[in-house]
Order: sequence, then structure tokens, then C-alpha cells
Amino acid sequence: MPLLEVRDLHVEFHTRDGVAKAVNGVSYSVDAGETLAVLGESGSGKSVTAQAIMGILDIPPGKITGGEILFQGRDLLKLKEDERRKVRGAEMAMIFQDALSSLNPVLSVGDQLGEMFVVHRGMSKKDAKAKAVELMDRVRIPAAKERVGQYPHQFSGGMRQRIMIAMAMALEPALIIADEPTTALDVTVQAQVMDLLAELQQEFHMGLILITHDLGVVADVADKIAVMYAGRIVEHAPVHDIYKAPAHPYTRGLLDSIPRLDQKGEELYAIKGLPPNLMAIPPGCAFNPRCPRAQDICRTDEPPLFRVTEDGARRSACHFWRETLRDA
Amino acid sequence: MAELNKGDEPMDATPNVSEVDASGAAATESAAVEAIEAPVERGEPILQVRNLVKHFPLTQGIVLKRQIGAVKAVDGISFDLYQGETLGIVGESGCGKSTVAKLLMLLEKATAGEVYYKGQDITRLSGRALKAVRRNIQMVFQDPYTSLNPRMTVGDIIGEPYEIHPEAAPKGDRRRKVQDLLDVVGLNPEYINRYPHQFSGGQRQRIGIARGLALNPEIIICDEPVSALDVSVQAQVINLMEKLQDEFNLSYLFIAHDLSIVRHISDRVGVMYLGKMAEIGTDQQIYDHPTHPYTQALLSAVPVPDPEAREGRERIILTGDVPSPANPPSGCRFRTRCWKAQDKCSTEVPLLAVPERFKGADTPAAHESACHFAEEKDVVHAA
Repeated sequence: MPLLEVRDLHVEFHTRDGVAKAVNGVSYSVDAGETLAVLGESGSGKSVTAQAIMGILDIPPGKITGGEILFQGRDLLKLKEDERRKVRGAEMAMIFQDALSSLNPVLSVGDQLGEMFVVHRGMSKKDAKAKAVELMDRVRIPAAKERVGQYPHQFSGGMRQRIMIAMAMALEPALIIADEPTTALDVTVQAQVMDLLAELQQEFHMGLILITHDLGVVADVADKIAVMYAGRIVEHAPVHDIYKAPAHPYTRGLLDSIPRLDQKGEELYAIKGLPPNLMAIPPGCAFNPRCPRAQDICRTDEPPLFRVTEDGARRSACHFWRETLRDA
Repeated sequence: MAELNKGDEPMDATPNVSEVDASGAAATESAAVEAIEAPVERGEPILQVRNLVKHFPLTQGIVLKRQIGAVKAVDGISFDLYQGETLGIVGESGCGKSTVAKLLMLLEKATAGEVYYKGQDITRLSGRALKAVRRNIQMVFQDPYTSLNPRMTVGDIIGEPYEIHPEAAPKGDRRRKVQDLLDVVGLNPEYINRYPHQFSGGQRQRIGIARGLALNPEIIICDEPVSALDVSVQAQVINLMEKLQDEFNLSYLFIAHDLSIVRHISDRVGVMYLGKMAEIGTDQQIYDHPTHPYTQALLSAVPVPDPEAREGRERIILTGDVPSPANPPSGCRFRTRCWKAQDKCSTEVPLLAVPERFKGADTPAAHESACHFAEEKDVVHAA
């Protein structure tokens, strides 16, 4: 049994202008100790799926219209809110992109870290503070003892993100969801933070869902990748396979459109057009208006996630996945 | 741009400043305007920055403001921009790269140093000459959402530069010019009456570029022009900028933190750290033969989208954060995070020059690098 299994999840947003179909039948799973990277551009539904798993979706305007989220065998969508609250933070935790706006500016970081232990474990404030220092040490914040009483604005961007990681790790959850955890950081600091995250994941044998738009970060840390487009998974594969030979034209296009660091390239490949409006997703394959391979069938029939390998570890939602793979 | 031979001439030499007659300010101004309007040969320096400094004062007290220090955002940098080339500037947040952009645009007043545009020090110009310079140096901003006025139509936004420089387009001709510009940047000319919110991020960035092109400038300063865009849209905008450079014979100063994109678009690259230039050279010199430890660490930290190449690459993980520019370390500013630092690094500021050991040698490592212990190291290619 996987640690977390999302099955055919559908999420909609009801707005004044109409219904935006943000997630349209997403299924993925994560095992303990495994890293799943969810890759996609803005509006692909990658963060909304994560919010649905965590139970922090704004309802309304959001609405989960179908599917199951099985966490350690229980369907989270059937739990009552107070049961859900016990899961959140203690058994699964989330790391956000912007640490400065995720931390409370008027509470010291020690109080915010300690709060986890006071609320979930019923510890005294004094013990909780000692735990907070321990956690700050663990994420390598220098002079943790002296800095535990400081406020978020007194830390650098990299250190604030470490504090976020410390907070997520505090109760040793089984699953961590990191939503663009290093996007706001500089590259040298990004490397430090990703290393720390990978190390802690190993140590506690946690499942990690890493949500990002950066193909480089994914290549470094993920075991498997789910590529999302217009609220659906278009390709799912072990990390090595997808970079060597993508089986979906969208993945191919993404890989070709990033310039290389190790050599000067020719003109960049650019995927034509724009991502679709979620209120008017094109019929058939959502990628068809931008796809160089599109045929009539792509405009009429929505492709299911075809099995590319026998065991189903590789899947592609393209009618022409064989051709895409062959030309890779 | 291979014919450009850079890095040999010493940077501290003052460029040929055109002789101006001290008698009569009007004559001086006319001479300056004439110099500014003269064309520059491809491959000749068009912009020469010398020892540019910008310190932002830190004050204490409300009524009696006392200066208690300064944020040394840019602390003595020199470089040349050649006609028709793209010079990339990379560095992490707080290194001063955006302040350099503002100084060159004259949006901030330099604390010290000179910026020569065709031999004229633009930090000292005024009146007609200054206006002529401003027309020739334009900017494209990072955030396509906040850099366009939401209450103006696209036509008004792109045509606004003509209000200040009416000589660039006669009134009756402006609408047609704006439509031409929309066409040039790949937008439908019929969109002229739409508002910014009706466009996507990539389309808005095209509008920003069209505005930058309106006055037919020679230099465009691009401050993180694609970092707010999605990957698939980034490539479209980069390709557009390259096309426009050829078409309009533009020189770009391209400021960004994404090292792969900078390599792709730049002919030469400068690496900044805490207000100083650490290393500068051609894209091949900097990426394939870096000699400054900071450049090496920066390049090695870039995650590359290839799990196999990744396993063969050496990674240098720096410890700690960038120090505060209000109180930078003595000597070499990078020494607090550098694995090579010796006593010398804390006492002597390393100068940006071709390192002694590579001088005269016919090697790509022979480019300017501000390190006492410059040494070549390939961190980009798998071993």
C-alpha cells in the first residue's frame, strides 16, 4: 500500500466569470522514502492538487467534485474537519514558496516552532522552546540558542526557508509536500536548502512531493516525475527515463526550450501559443492547439494515460506516444 | 562577435573623451549632442563604465538625521559594452546588478565614477545632451505586471515615449508607428486599444519590449526580462529579443540570475558579488574556463535538467549567506565563503585583471578575474 494515493481527483473553482476546471482527474502515488516531483507551469493544477491533499483548499470558491485521497489507507476526503486537523501538521506537512509571508511576523520563530509541540503534543512552553532550539540546530541555523527569540525579518531568505523546513519536520510527519520550496532563493542557497531537505527525508524515511516548474531541480532530487498540463497528468515516469526520452510532446517541448549551461546553443525551441484558459479547455487533448504532432484524433478524443512500460511506471497521455518516444 | 578582442586593454585607462571648449555652455552642449548622435561602428565600445560607485546612506534619527553608514550597493565597477553585443551580468540578490541598471539609466545618481556613452560622461550631462542620451538608452523591466500602467491602453503605453520625444514621430504618425511596433514584437496590431490585464505575462513582456523600442534606441538595458515568465513562454521572448537585436542593431545589457539563459543570449558575461565585479569574459571563458572561486561555486550549484550529467559534475556547496553590503568583509568580499581564502585575502583587495599566471598565455583562462588565487576549474561539464 503506498503512503499516499490520489485517485481521479477533480477540483473546480466557481467564479463570477464561470467554472475553472483546475484539476481534471489526477492520480498519483508516493511511497515512504520516495520523492515524486510534480512539474508544471502556472495554472497546470499542481498546487491545487497539493492543497486538496493537505485540506487547505479555499472552499468556496474551490470545490472537490470527485476522486479519493488515500493516506495510509484512509480516504482523507471522508474525514471530519477535526480529524483532518489532527492529520495536518502531525502526519503530513507542507513547505511553501514564500517563507516570509508564511511565517507570522509578530511571533518569534521559537514560539512558532514550539507551537507545534504545544498544540499537537501538549508540551509545556518551556519544553517546547527547548525542542525549537533542537530543531533549529538540526536545520543548521548558526547560534540557534541565541536566535530562537528572534523574529522572521531578522533572518535571511535561506534561513527562513530552513525554519519552514524545521517547522514541517517538527512532528516527524510521514509525508511532506514542498511547493516551489527554492524558487525564491538564490542558486547557491537553493543548493544548500535542497541538500538539507533530501538529507532529512532520508533520515526520517518520509514521502516527499516536490512541486516545481524547474526541470533542473527535479533532475537533482526526484525518483519519479508527474508532468501536469491543464489540470491533468500528461506524462508520468521514473526520473532518468523522462530526460533521456520523453513520451509526450509537451515534455519534449519543455526540455527543448531551456538553454544549456554547458554549451552555447542555437535558437531555442519555443512551444507556440499559450497555456489554455481553464474555463475553456480545448476538446480532445488539451495540448493539441500547441502541439507539433496534433492530428484530427487529438482534437476530438481525450487521450487516456497510456501505459508506456508493462508495469505502468511510465505513462503518457498522448495518442502518438510511440512516435514521440521513437523520435526522442 | 569573435572578432572582438577584449580583456587586453587595461580597464583603468580613461576613454577618449572628446575635447570640449570651455567657452560657452551652449557650444559645449551642441558638441555633446553631436557626439551622442554620431553612429558607432559594430564592435567598438558604445558604453564605458569606470569605477562606478553607488552608496545608499543609512541614517538614524528623525529630525536630526545622522548618517551612520552606507549600503555599498555598487562599489567601484568598470566594464565596456560594445556596439551590437550582449553583455550578461549575473549575480545573486543584493550583488548590485539592478543598481547598475538604474545607474546606467540615470534613475539613480552615482556616488562616484563615470559612465561614458560615445565618449560623453552621461553622469555629468544636462539639458539637450542628456535628453538625447535618454532617448538612446532604454530599459525593459522584470515584472510585466507592475511595469505597465493598468489604466492606460497598450497604444498609450507604447506611444508615451513620443510625448517626451516628439521629434521621434510626428503626431499624426504615432498610431501607425505603435501598430508597427506591435507587429514587430509579434502582437496583433488590432490590440492597440486593449488594456494590460487583457494580456498574458509573455504578451505583456512583449508590450514592455515594444515600448523600449519606440524611440529606436541603441542600447537596451534588460533587468531580469524573462524571470517572471513560464518556461515555455521564456523561450519565445528570448528568441524575440535575439531577432530584434539583429534587426535593429541593438546592444543589450542583460541582467539576470538564470545562468543558462545568460549563457544562451550573451556574447560576454560579467559575474558580480557584493557590489564588485568578480570575473568578466566571453561566455566560453566564464562558463567553460572560470577562474574565480565564486563563479565556480555559482555554476556548480545550477541544477541541470539531466540526471546523468548531474552525477558526473562536481558540486561546490557554499556555506553561509551573502554578507551585508552595509558592512562588507575587508579585502576580498568573497573570502568569508571561500574555501581558498588565505590571510592575504583579508588584507588586500584583489583587482579585476588577467591573473599573473595566465598573462600572455594563449588560453581561455586568460581573462579578467578578481582573485589572488585564480585557478581554472571546469564545473559545468561532467568529468
